[in-house]
Amino acid sequence: MLEMRSARMAVVLLAVLFAGPWLLDDFILSVLTLVFLFASVGLAWNLMMGYAGQLSLGHALHFGAGAYAMGLLVTKLGVSAWFGLPLSFVVGALFGALVGALGFRFAVRGVYFALLTIAFAELARILVEHWAFAGGNGGLFLPALTPDNQPLLSLRGGAGFFYHALLVTLAVIWLACALLVRGRIGYYWRAVREDEDAARAIGVPATRVKVLAAALSAGFTGVCGAWYTLIQGSLFPDSVLGMRMSIDLIVAPIVGGLGTLFGPILGAIVIQPLNELSKDFAQEFSISGLKLIVYGAVLLVIVLFAPHGIWPPLARWLRIGRRK
Amino acid sequence: MLEFYGNVIVGGLLLGAVYALLATGLNVIFGVMRMVNFAHGEMVVVGMYVGYGLWAWTGAPALVAAPVAALLLFAMGYVFQRFVANRFVEAPQHMQFILYIAIALIITGLHAVFFGPDPRGIQSAASFEVYQLGLIRLDAVRTQAAVASLMLIAALWAWFRYSLTGKAIQAAAENRVGGQAIGIRIPHLFALTAGLGFACAGAAGALVAPMFDVQPYLGGEFTLVAFIIVIVGGLASLPGALVGGLLIGLAEALAATVVAPSMKALFSYGLLVLVILLRPQGLFGKVEA
Repeated sequence: MLEMRSARMAVVLLAVLFAGPWLLDDFILSVLTLVFLFASVGLAWNLMMGYAGQLSLGHALHFGAGAYAMGLLVTKLGVSAWFGLPLSFVVGALFGALVGALGFRFAVRGVYFALLTIAFAELARILVEHWAFAGGNGGLFLPALTPDNQPLLSLRGGAGFFYHALLVTLAVIWLACALLVRGRIGYYWRAVREDEDAARAIGVPATRVKVLAAALSAGFTGVCGAWYTLIQGSLFPDSVLGMRMSIDLIVAPIVGGLGTLFGPILGAIVIQPLNELSKDFAQEFSISGLKLIVYGAVLLVIVLFAPHGIWPPLARWLRIGRRK
Repeated sequence: MLEFYGNVIVGGLLLGAVYALLATGLNVIFGVMRMVNFAHGEMVVVGMYVGYGLWAWTGAPALVAAPVAALLLFAMGYVFQRFVANRFVEAPQHMQFILYIAIALIITGLHAVFFGPDPRGIQSAASFEVYQLGLIRLDAVRTQAAVASLMLIAALWAWFRYSLTGKAIQAAAENRVGGQAIGIRIPHLFALTAGLGFACAGAAGALVAPMFDVQPYLGGEFTLVAFIIVIVGGLASLPGALVGGLLIGLAEALAATVVAPSMKALFSYGLLVLVILLRPQGLFGKVEA
């Protein structure tokens, strides 16, 4: 019953959201596009942290891998960006599997694993900065859009197009996460998260399911990176592979609520507009660094007063969702 | 040629000694409370601004600024641990991480708001002084910073080892409940430890201020350097932090001259990955039961 009701609610919500471009102006659309992007990537990161319990602080690696896969494909090969989407998933997932396999094979846990992910992301950033073919430090620029550009072929267009594209991406990633989390693998992940040794003892192939979590999470993150390239039209090693991106990616799911399917979305809805506001405010009064203070303050408030994020208490209040 | 590399090596080792002080701060906090201070680099930047500010205001050299920065950071660390972080000692790791990241972001943001994003350098005549030692030229600023760092590290070691409070902190680190049972004031001692850890970072910051231009966004880099040293040397191992610091300082200096300045971090990260995978307890760490 409840399942049916929430499914119907989701469809209605999607339909309403889909009408956005006919109702809203371009600026609001672009902010919402970023909300969808960071909600998607937050869901992806959350698979690994929230469900499988593995803290990755280097997800910029996968985001950047997807971004560069798409960027190189479009600029160097001139192939349709459509191929870039599956490619960025595969590239991201490969990096995820690599980091995961290395880390979990050597039984790296906790802080050490988190530092390992940072190290890999930073290594990638430094290498790409010196990779002349990919533009090095100077970055990579997608060719300018021609007047006869077909958004559905080039996957690039105006604010309305990206709004729809990212809305669909979010819906697809959300659905994939929902199916995974409710399936057998989701139970394995939670078992590993709660107590890995106990999970092993009852026969959960812990290493394998952790690597799978890392690969899937990284693959979805890669796709989001590819969309980021298309939206921005350019990419730089520091902006997509840097530590800052790794942090930007994880703020939304933490604020919204780890290990929930709506938390990352709610987090992105809260964070992105705040981000825009502080950017405006900073420009108005020409002070930099305001965004960081806002981010920091939000995280501090969350960790002090709502350590499980804002979604669980909100859901209780709205009386939806299952109790844990 | 030999002279050139000799100077590079000595310069690297001198900076490495300051790195060791910075890493010791991180290590002390981790060793006692098992908390990973992801805002460590930001504390270094606070120390750097103290060093820069004092120099710009009174022309005070780094050796004067270092104790001031250490005192300020000690107070910050004590208050922060006592009133905020102590609540998180038993919290899951990712929550501790979020706490420290939040602090790091706020401090970086405050720096950017108050000092602007432009790098600020100390240009005093003392920056160009050198001590000639045979073929080796010792940069005066670096040498003083290194000597001061080594002295601070030694003092901290001795204090932990021989003072009653230091022993009590070690006991509390060993067995929290047992410590409480025999009347050790854990919250106070933890706050003291955090204060000392932050003070190390602050002093290191003031000492490096004449070597690097200060800007708000340096924090992350220092945090990562400290982590690399601590992991390579062994988490919670004090000799490990010293040797790790010298090693990373040397490696960075060599990589910067032999390969390219922008590649110097590559080597450190590579080393970090290898150590985590192959010898996660670090070069000097003990295997935890």
